[in-house]
Amino acid sequence: MSIEVSNIHKKFGDFVALDDVSLSIPTGQLTALLGPSGGGKSTVLRVIAGLEQADRGSVRIEGNDATHLPPQRRNVGFVFQHYAAFKHLSVAKNVAFGLEIRRRPKPEVQRRVAELLELVHLSQFADRLPAQLSGGQRQRMALARALAVEPTVLLLDEPFGALDAKVRKELRDWLRRLHDDVQVTTVFVTHDQEEALEVADEIVVINEGHVEQVGTPDDLYDRPANDFVMGFLGPVTRLDGRMIRPHDLEIQLDPNHGGTPGTIIRVTRIGFESRLTVATQREPEVSVVLTRAELRSLQLDVGDRVWLAPSRSAATVPALSVIDGHRRA
Amino acid sequence: MADRVHPLRWGLRLLVVGYLGMLVAWPLALVVQNTFADGLHEVIATLTDPAVVHALQETAMVAMAAVVINLVFGVGVSLLLVRSRFPGRRFLSALIDLPMAVSPVVVGLALVLVYNGRTGWFGPTLESHGLQVIFALPGMVMATAFVALPLVVREVVPTLEELGQDQEQAARSLGASAAQTFRRITLPSIKWAVLYGVVLSLARSIGEYGAVKVVSGNVIGQTQTATNAVEQQYQTFQQTSAYTISFVLALASVVCIVIVSALRPQEHHA
Repeated sequence: MSIEVSNIHKKFGDFVALDDVSLSIPTGQLTALLGPSGGGKSTVLRVIAGLEQADRGSVRIEGNDATHLPPQRRNVGFVFQHYAAFKHLSVAKNVAFGLEIRRRPKPEVQRRVAELLELVHLSQFADRLPAQLSGGQRQRMALARALAVEPTVLLLDEPFGALDAKVRKELRDWLRRLHDDVQVTTVFVTHDQEEALEVADEIVVINEGHVEQVGTPDDLYDRPANDFVMGFLGPVTRLDGRMIRPHDLEIQLDPNHGGTPGTIIRVTRIGFESRLTVATQREPEVSVVLTRAELRSLQLDVGDRVWLAPSRSAATVPALSVIDGHRRA
Repeated sequence: MADRVHPLRWGLRLLVVGYLGMLVAWPLALVVQNTFADGLHEVIATLTDPAVVHALQETAMVAMAAVVINLVFGVGVSLLLVRSRFPGRRFLSALIDLPMAVSPVVVGLALVLVYNGRTGWFGPTLESHGLQVIFALPGMVMATAFVALPLVVREVVPTLEELGQDQEQAARSLGASAAQTFRRITLPSIKWAVLYGVVLSLARSIGEYGAVKVVSGNVIGQTQTATNAVEQQYQTFQQTSAYTISFVLALASVVCIVIVSALRPQEHHA
């Protein structure tokens, strides 16, 4: 294990940011810390980097106790959401910063900076100031700067959060490829479940200062540990007191197949998919997602009587929080 | 509509220009005129008078020392105010502004109460160790530093706040120590604010009169500063001499401000 975080507690004033968080992050993998804003995921990252001190608990990096080490002695690369570019230094000087601090010989610094700028496709911008770059370019520069010092772990705090959707997607793919090339243990924080599912080898879901679930993207999607994880990973609906994904519901026109009876109250077509809203006795609004072709072949319309049942292998969890409001009780 | 806006606008302009002219430009022009009214030899005579030379030197020395103290202290306090959270932080911030609100004469008196060598609260102890504060250079520097104290802090604090901590934290994570981070990242980012604060406090220190008059004892040829010399020369009917020193003081301040305005626009290009 590359990073071991054990029993971390952290309070900001009265606000409990982290409540007994323990994590193991495997070497060489790309791990996502996923969760809603204010859930504590960035705080975990900052505690690992040493930018924040935990009130209790310990951090080990590559087997060494780093709990009380200052950030500059942890050998971690940190990439900030808003780039944290050194505004008064050129792109090349930004990337060279860590190497110059380490007093590496000049030719080595120059060679390494050239390599890294090549890697992040910024060679032709070496002499520009950060202000003359676009957001995506600035974030690539920040990544090269963090990689320059050959960190044991690379930590990225919402690295694409400030970028527009298109650049975000490009950089996401690019990060995945870069990680495959560079193979440095990488942890990134995101609140975007699609980003986590697409890029990460492993996902840690963090909410309200707790770890909700750890697993591969498939684990989390197919076997969510609770209603929170399920709800966070995509749209959900409720049927018979259980949470289920709208596309995991099957519609029957004939009661002999079993299922929960209901009446279609709304049909909405959005691009290639169609959304039905069905009123059952227990839940007034169950949503079901069908493809357009399915909708056409079933010839469904508002007012039709239908029977709903989960498809085989559909993931469902009890919808506790909605009923009693105390999910963990 | 446009016809009605124009006269109003011109009226406002006239008002502003007139206000500045009556309050600043005209009186200053008269100082210049009076300085040279009796010819250049009078000016030269004043500027070669040992007492005047000494007063100007005293002002330069006190102002320099006060500026250096305020530079170090001001940047330090700014970092403390912006980068850390501690009980009493708001109180400290308010305290920094106090010298702006308190009359310099009161500042001088307060220092005398604390540091005078006979009845002061702390003065006799210092004097028994050979350090005279009141009626000597240390007291004059302290009074001047006190009066100009907020100027560096008030310039640097907003710049530091705007800068944020990201760049500093990035530098730390890249292996820089606190000192290296300050020198390589923080200082280059706040240098214009620091410079502006220094020039303002230099101008303020050169012009300080009341506080220094109280703590210096105003001894001619010893602890008399230029501003106090102006008053004394004027009271003793040596008008030309008073105008000449005033002219030198005003010139120093104008030079300060010209330097700042010349440097200020570059901030956006750099």
